Amino acid sequence: MRAVTWQGRHKISVETVPDPEIVNPRDAIIRVTSTAICGSDLHLYDGYIPGMRAGDIVGHEFMGEVIETGAASTLKRGQRVVIPFTISCGQCFFCEKQQYSACDNSNPSETRDASELMMGHAMGGAFGYAHLTGGYAGGQAEYVRIPYSDVGPVVIPDDLADDDVLFLSDILPTGWQAAVNADIEPGDTVAVWGCGPVGLFTIQSALLLGAGRVIAIDHFPTRLALAKKYGAEILDYTKVDVREALAEMTGGIGPDACIDCVGMESHGFTVDNILDQVKVKLLASTERIHALRQAILACRKGGRLSIPGVYGGFADKFPLGQLMEKGLTVKSGQTHVQRYSGELLDMIQGGKFDTVSLISHHASLEDAAEMYRHWHDEQDLYTKIVLKPGLKKGDISARQELQHA
Amino acid sequence: MSRSKNDLPDPLILAAAGAGIALLVTGAALWQRRRHRESRGQEETIATDAPHWTLDKTSSRALFGKSVLINRPRPELYAAWTPERFPEFMENVVAVDDLGDDVSQWTIKAPAGREVTLVNRITERVEDTSIYWQSTPASDIANSGEVRFTDAPAGRGTYVSLILAYDPPAGKVGRLAAKLLQREPEVQARRDLHRFKQLMETGEVTTNASPSARGAESPAEPHI
Repeated sequence: MRAVTWQGRHKISVETVPDPEIVNPRDAIIRVTSTAICGSDLHLYDGYIPGMRAGDIVGHEFMGEVIETGAASTLKRGQRVVIPFTISCGQCFFCEKQQYSACDNSNPSETRDASELMMGHAMGGAFGYAHLTGGYAGGQAEYVRIPYSDVGPVVIPDDLADDDVLFLSDILPTGWQAAVNADIEPGDTVAVWGCGPVGLFTIQSALLLGAGRVIAIDHFPTRLALAKKYGAEILDYTKVDVREALAEMTGGIGPDACIDCVGMESHGFTVDNILDQVKVKLLASTERIHALRQAILACRKGGRLSIPGVYGGFADKFPLGQLMEKGLTVKSGQTHVQRYSGELLDMIQGGKFDTVSLISHHASLEDAAEMYRHWHDEQDLYTKIVLKPGLKKGDISARQELQHA
Repeated sequence: MSRSKNDLPDPLILAAAGAGIALLVTGAALWQRRRHRESRGQEETIATDAPHWTLDKTSSRALFGKSVLINRPRPELYAAWTPERFPEFMENVVAVDDLGDDVSQWTIKAPAGREVTLVNRITERVEDTSIYWQSTPASDIANSGEVRFTDAPAGRGTYVSLILAYDPPAGKVGRLAAKLLQREPEVQARRDLHRFKQLMETGEVTTNASPSARGAESPAEPHI
């Protein structure tokens, strides 16, 4: 089959690789129909994730058609399914508590040691994201093996298009959980840092969960325009002092909940590189830690801080005293995708979410290298890229219909 | 502004001060060590809830123990911990042959395609609670151990603890065995214990077997 592979820093290539096989009874194989490039894929692209090995198949936002099932799979051939990026067994202590991204079985024995050393406990498994989360092949490919296929995949009714439901794999539930974690009370003012795809779904989710107003912070005009389209008030941080603006917009008390959708978005490091990587992370992420620090300082006393943005290690100059003295509640974590799949699918069917207008481009799998380049260099124009193995090379369509604000 | 030479302390005084500080520090350290020893003697009767194999040890272990939480009932796990099932979840174990009288012979993969044989006797079984074993003189590597099953609180299943001790191997297979066991014995046991957990909770041993663009790898085999 053809698959998008990581070959090194800024080196993405589409290669012919072996097809996946059913290995365990609960496995299924799907033929991918749509697969998106995630913001966190950029960190692989930039070489910030040393747990990667040349030849790894990337991608963790994907959906497709079931073509083969293991003896214990509950899926049926021909079903359309969206695959959560988190691999979860459904039967361990964590999965039973619906803390699916903390699954204690999906990270294999061979790969869990490194993340246990780094994080204190082994992270759960994930598709296409380095070897600290299990070393599973990703979804930017023609076919993928799905472990525990009786638990994760979301079966999609035929009347829903791929674009309507693809983001159930990651960014929609991630934005939803970010808002749920902000414990929003009716009428609350919620501030959201970062208007990438996760931030955009966080804005929609916060309003659905009863926020009176959402204030979104970014600097890319197109992304701020999307935030406005989804109902947020917007702040361009290159034009205002964000803390002053937030204070003035809330009578001086600050937002009730602050959500950091910026993050470091790197999942960790290999054992032998830990010390080096910590240094690299600190140097590379000053601005992003700045966003989190700003969120803590801006939040009202007794408010809530939700962190869906991914951090990989130790933060420098973290305002712990401010966090404590102001009595903030903090919630964070990788997304427990399987916990929200059902209700979010219902909400999509009920027309509650705009899941389509943030997609700026469709392209074939063969054009992946070029698309990664655009995604990396032109973040204003490229707000979300969906790759379709069914398209022919060069068959790229831009669907940017926005009027810049 | 530079300081004049007269402002600098005499080197001899500096050296004497340094020696004095060193003496003080050494003295304080010795005194503290003795005090620590004495107080430990007095505290011998004070209980601790830490497992005994974690006490007074650095992290580099020859005797080691590892516990995992397994979300299954205690009797089920006890019943599953049988030599016949070991090859299902113990990575290096090729085969376990029953020699009768609770003695079993383990064939273990060693580096360079060779094999090591362990001959272990189960010395005690406490129904649904623990299994103890001890190697026989025929074993290439002297070892003993215990696997313990304890109810986890709040219906969370069972804590399974594996405690293993082994003698540093010597003799004709010494080098080979040393390479095998001293490489990372704790890691091996920990991984096997996690495979047991995977098998009991999910019905299968987790694998990341999947394709890559690395020619040497099979999409049906796990990889690091």
